[in-house]
Amino acid sequence: MSFVAHLINGISLGSVYALIALGYTMVYGIAKMLNFAHGDVIMIGGYVVFVTASGMGLPPLAAIVISMAVCTVLGVTIERVAYRPLRGASPLAVLITAIGVSYLLQNVALLVFGSDTKAFTNVVTMPNLELFGGQLIIKSVTVVTVIVSIIIMVGLNLFVKRTKLGRAMTAVSEDKGAAQLMGINVNGTIAVTFAIGSALAAVAGVLLCSAYPSLTPYTGSMPGIKAFVAAVFGGIGSIPGAFIGGILLGIIENLSKAYISSQLADAIVFSILIIVLLVKPTGLLGKKILEKV
Amino acid sequence: MALLETKNLGISFGGLRAVNAFDISVEKGQLYGLIGPNGAGKTTIFNLLTGVYQPDEGAILLEGVNLTGKRTIDICKAGIARTFQNIRLFGDMTVLDNVKVGLHNHYPYSTFEGIFRLPRYRKVEKEMNTKAKELLEVFGLESYADYQAKNLPYGQQRKLEIARAMATEPKLLLLDEPAAGMNPNETKELMETIRFVRERFDMTILLIEHDMKLVSGICEKLTVLNFGEVLAQGDTQDVLNNPEVITAYLGS
Amino acid sequence: MEMKINKTKISKTTKNDLITYGMVILVYIVVQLLVSTGHVSSLVQGLLVPFCTYVIVAVALNLTVGILGELSLGHAGFMCVGAFASAVFSLAFKESIPGGLRFFLALLIGAAAAAVVGFLVGIPVLRLRGDYLAIVTLAFGEIIKNIINALYLGVDSNGIHFSMKDALSLHMEEDGLMLIKGAQGVTGTPNDSNFTVGVLLILITLFVVLNFIHSRTGRAVMSIRDNRIAAESVGINVTKYKLVAFTLSASLAGVAGVLYAHNLSTLNALPKNFGYNMSILILVFVVLGGIGNIRGSIIAAVLLTLLPEVLRGLSDYRMLIYSIVLITMMIFNWSPNAVFFRKRLKQTLTSGRKA
Repeated sequence: MSFVAHLINGISLGSVYALIALGYTMVYGIAKMLNFAHGDVIMIGGYVVFVTASGMGLPPLAAIVISMAVCTVLGVTIERVAYRPLRGASPLAVLITAIGVSYLLQNVALLVFGSDTKAFTNVVTMPNLELFGGQLIIKSVTVVTVIVSIIIMVGLNLFVKRTKLGRAMTAVSEDKGAAQLMGINVNGTIAVTFAIGSALAAVAGVLLCSAYPSLTPYTGSMPGIKAFVAAVFGGIGSIPGAFIGGILLGIIENLSKAYISSQLADAIVFSILIIVLLVKPTGLLGKKILEKV
Repeated sequence: MALLETKNLGISFGGLRAVNAFDISVEKGQLYGLIGPNGAGKTTIFNLLTGVYQPDEGAILLEGVNLTGKRTIDICKAGIARTFQNIRLFGDMTVLDNVKVGLHNHYPYSTFEGIFRLPRYRKVEKEMNTKAKELLEVFGLESYADYQAKNLPYGQQRKLEIARAMATEPKLLLLDEPAAGMNPNETKELMETIRFVRERFDMTILLIEHDMKLVSGICEKLTVLNFGEVLAQGDTQDVLNNPEVITAYLGS
Repeated sequence: MEMKINKTKISKTTKNDLITYGMVILVYIVVQLLVSTGHVSSLVQGLLVPFCTYVIVAVALNLTVGILGELSLGHAGFMCVGAFASAVFSLAFKESIPGGLRFFLALLIGAAAAAVVGFLVGIPVLRLRGDYLAIVTLAFGEIIKNIINALYLGVDSNGIHFSMKDALSLHMEEDGLMLIKGAQGVTGTPNDSNFTVGVLLILITLFVVLNFIHSRTGRAVMSIRDNRIAAESVGINVTKYKLVAFTLSASLAGVAGVLYAHNLSTLNALPKNFGYNMSILILVFVVLGGIGNIRGSIIAAVLLTLLPEVLRGLSDYRMLIYSIVLITMMIFNWSPNAVFFRKRLKQTLTSGRKA
């Protein structure tokens, strides 16, 4: 495969990371927590589409919508039950709880669907894109993934900047107490954040499984972690940052896989996280915060 | 020579000049008060004195030794100890252990000696134990020795914080709003404790306070800070009667 | 009067520690009795060394999570370093050094290698904020696993050969010995581990950790956990003590790795034994046993490994149950409302009694 092909696949993988990273960055920015279970919500989204599209034979679009709905409810429920009681507690306690939720989702999926790999039917049924007279074939899934990510990123950015709810989210991320005093419903705002993040996770799950059509209860875990790396890379709390971080990470991972080795590709991805946090902790597009003594 | 001297101390945060041209001179054995409206920069000055922030201008001298730019640990070793506005105890550790941490640098032995329980560990631990108990007795906390620090009543927590600070054998003690959150009785007890510390340990004390009863009750000299700059300095009664000071606190 | 009070104070903590040691020794004696009278199934017998491995690494992790107060999601990586370093050594000197001495040296090498890696990882990592620190340790754990998987190491009459690409690049002589074969790992490690050795290592780990905690160094580390800023203000060198605790913790995880490696004939760095899932499993042991509670880690590690084997029917549900218990425990222990509620309860019941 040519360099360009690897690059494009990298962009596609990166778009999936970007979608997942958007969810991470929003939740981190607003609820100030690392939702370790985010990757597993993606996996649930994948399973819902699997069940509705392959199992029940529903049209792809319906399956996706149902999946988004399920994930949204799931995300909001998790926040309400597991995270809200811990608001104000040490971030470590929240992280450990999130790890517990991640475990829970994986094992529920394991019990319900079994550990065998499910063959995911591609929901993107359009023909592949052929360029340069057939020399370069881009899979339709790739094209759709990139376009969808861009649309969502732009849409989300506009939402946060222009709408009342979006600005409320920004306010809560700056100062919860002040936002509450301004009459903003903090609990509701955080719930909406999780809802949006989870809906995006569903979309990411569908696209991920369409591109890499194997689905197990552990499918979401590693992409989730890598997407977190992407969010930090781009600047945690920044929506354009999550997008750029995701795309770049996908490209770096894919090129590493192609030109160095599959094993070391992961090591390289994780090294990026370490380098970023040590050299520029706020990431490519992030902002700085001070601590009061 | 003054025990503590600052010359033209200053720091900015972003575009805001938090402290500017701050000069102070504290003599050995004095009970010195630093007062001023909220947000005047008092805690910032404590943070500068203890190396939490680095000044962008000026100097800090302790017994003539320049401490400007040094890290907190070195400043502690040089002899400045402090307490905090929001009491910072080692909550999950016992009261006795809190004091022992204060004694850390004066009772050394290596980690290796500690793990393998070598003779030096036994000897030094015993000394540390005795010294820590002594300090608790001095502050009337000996009956609380095995309590978890976070379970102490508020007034005793403040005393423990001071005891721990005194364990570091400082030359200068900085108290940041020690009476914060205390009722009049507790404040009275605190005033006794502060006077006692000065007498017993021959200590020099610089304190930040809003409680005027405490300030006029025990401070010998005052510096009033307003918007990061010195508004008035001198004997307590003179400063408190200064019309500019009154205006700064009460408005005109 | 003074002397009497001193004596009682010191023996109180020692008494507590002695109970822990006694518990381990008692279990050892009981198990050995049961084994020799044939009451223990071969299934459980096969689990005895893994129990010890999990106990040691859980205690090691508790040193970081409970005493230092930082979350590490990469301790499986330190196990991996200890395992491979010692396995390579044991394999290379299989014929030339007698078993007992060789294993002792392997232990030292595994512990030292893990300590070095722990130190190197700790330097950048310990400066980071809580949740970032956790994810970066996860990253390091994965990096370590991946690098070892890509490693080819061999020794022959010309010396040591090493490559990151494949076995052929080593250009080894006919008489050469392959030590690490990339993803195929290390084969032929001598089987030096057994239950007795495991329990001995547990006792040594306990000795080190418990003595560490009840020493000046341990207090310094705990003060950093409880209030870093206050610790600095009384002259504690935060960076130094964080590193000491973390390095020791990594080293002990390495010891667990040595025990693990010498229990298998083939050692691979797989996601399931040295990946972040393993790190998380150990974290579950530590949390469920009580963060900071060393004895609890021992009990949790054994129970949570034993239960699913014994209660076969529940085995499928075990991880599910653990995760629910974990979440519930975290909420009940750490939720600000729960903490407030418990404090009020305590106050109304007692009025400020002893810790």
